[in-house]
Amino acid sequence: MLNNFSVSLRKGIRHTHVFDIVNIAVMLFISAVMIYPMLYVLSMSFSSFDAVQTNKVTFYPIGFSLTAYKMALSGSGILTFFSNSVFYAAVGSLMHVSFTMLAAYPLSFENFCLRKVVNVFILITMFFGGGLIPFFILIKDLGLYNTRWAILLPGLTSAWSIIISRIYIKESVGISLIEAARIDGGNEFWIFLRIVMPISLPIIAYLGLTSAVGHWNSYFNALLFLQDRDKQPIQVYLMRVIIQNTRSDFTAPAGPEQIAMQHYLQQIKYATIIIATAPILLVYPFLQKHFVKGIMIGALK
Amino acid sequence: MKIQHISKVLRRDRDLIIMIIPVIVFFIIFSYIPMVGLTMAFQDFIPKKGFFGSDWVGLYWFKEFFTSIFIGRLIRNTVLINVYSIIFGFPLPIIFALLLNELCNVRFKKIIQTISYMPYFVSTVVMVSIMMLMMNYPDGIITRIVVALGGPQTNFFMDPGMFRTLYVASGVWQGMGFGSILYIAVLTSISPEIYEYAIIDGANRFQQMIHISLPSMRTTIATMLILSIGGIFSVGYEKIILMYNPATYETADVISTYVYRRGIINSEFSFSTAVGLFNSVVNFIVLWIANKISYRLTEVSIC
Repeated sequence: MLNNFSVSLRKGIRHTHVFDIVNIAVMLFISAVMIYPMLYVLSMSFSSFDAVQTNKVTFYPIGFSLTAYKMALSGSGILTFFSNSVFYAAVGSLMHVSFTMLAAYPLSFENFCLRKVVNVFILITMFFGGGLIPFFILIKDLGLYNTRWAILLPGLTSAWSIIISRIYIKESVGISLIEAARIDGGNEFWIFLRIVMPISLPIIAYLGLTSAVGHWNSYFNALLFLQDRDKQPIQVYLMRVIIQNTRSDFTAPAGPEQIAMQHYLQQIKYATIIIATAPILLVYPFLQKHFVKGIMIGALK
Repeated sequence: MKIQHISKVLRRDRDLIIMIIPVIVFFIIFSYIPMVGLTMAFQDFIPKKGFFGSDWVGLYWFKEFFTSIFIGRLIRNTVLINVYSIIFGFPLPIIFALLLNELCNVRFKKIIQTISYMPYFVSTVVMVSIMMLMMNYPDGIITRIVVALGGPQTNFFMDPGMFRTLYVASGVWQGMGFGSILYIAVLTSISPEIYEYAIIDGANRFQQMIHISLPSMRTTIATMLILSIGGIFSVGYEKIILMYNPATYETADVISTYVYRRGIINSEFSFSTAVGLFNSVVNFIVLWIANKISYRLTEVSIC
């Protein structure tokens, strides 16, 4: 059998079929379409003022210049927004992982007395909900309006996260291991922290990364609930600057600096986009493995 | 007897129960209490009076919505955006997965895959921002290309006719790579022997793809299709809010954005909750029907 396989494999590879050529061409085209917008923004942000004004930039920077970045980073508090996003992503994902795993652990045991009830309880929330307006009023009534908790608390966990986590714990952490630990006298918290969590690193990675990326990319809750600028994440800043086109966000001490900024306004927008999305773009190739794993587990369900 | 049994079980599971309580509280607060808030749809809700003090008006707000001049437009836009998204967005991840699976060079395959995931990780704000910059009127690069090719010089974001195109195209751009993950996984689980038999039978690459690869994804495709069609009444507001403006409400305004405008911006809590509730109920019914039909046809269902 193996011999046959390698024979046919060799036969196949010897010729490059037309199919393969067409396939590779299509793949390259698709990749180009995927990359080009980012490439363009990157090029525009690093080009010189003249090149941008005269529309010369196509695929690569012309007349390399960092001025746009210098201007984008100064005088408009962008660093505050950036660090807010870091805060929400880091703290939010930490909370999400802890909270979700804490809930998934009891639910992974067949004979946990509340298992069925809680599972149904959680499953229902996947299909029904109050909607935007009741949620909005709830946050206000809880006194969370204009606080960081309005961002952190709703993201503590979700039905989806709990479901795939409990499936993972059940499949991958042997019940015998836990039973042995129980006999040895460990209480459930100890078992959870010392045994289950270290073995669950793949699902923890998935939860943490999806939560972090989700927080970094989100804007709507912040738009809705955060009035103070010093709490807002960078996506809200980006939205104001580019989509709402509010120039007042580019504040600099009045004088030649401010006038220069007005000239560079278009280019600063490109630079700001890169600043807002660079962390994700730099990091995502390393993350994708975990995202894929998480989806696989969910797909089984 | 029974009570003794119950108290024994409670004692055994005591720690686990303590662990599960926070989550129960979380869902009660953030999921179930808002459900109670749906009663606003049947009241003339005034925040000061709260849920128990506001007067009941029954189906008044629903009647308001059904007789409003906007309902036709809202339903039409919601459904059409989803229909176009499915027509253009559903087959592409499948085709992409099929073609990707045929690539021989593993390294090349991995690189293409990584590139295809990139748009997914880009945030909605960033993507809409890029679109607005590239299609800036009059000097965005795409605007200039369109004019050079003989097209009209307009502001694409002010043109109702362009909205659905922009929305669906950007959705496809973002979703194709990530959406293909599931299909790729199914394809990699096909045993290579089946392909060998086909090669012996004289099938070329294309035929192998159509007769082996594609059918193996049948169940997955059917499931994903049910989910897509079941969601036909549901369009999220986040991207549309960033993309639309009063000039494009005609084609851009969907049920969820209408709820946002009337409810959050205008503070018409009762009315917008009623509209939102209508949307949820219809959603659920459509999903249910889609599921039932699919089960009849293919014995595939999500329940």
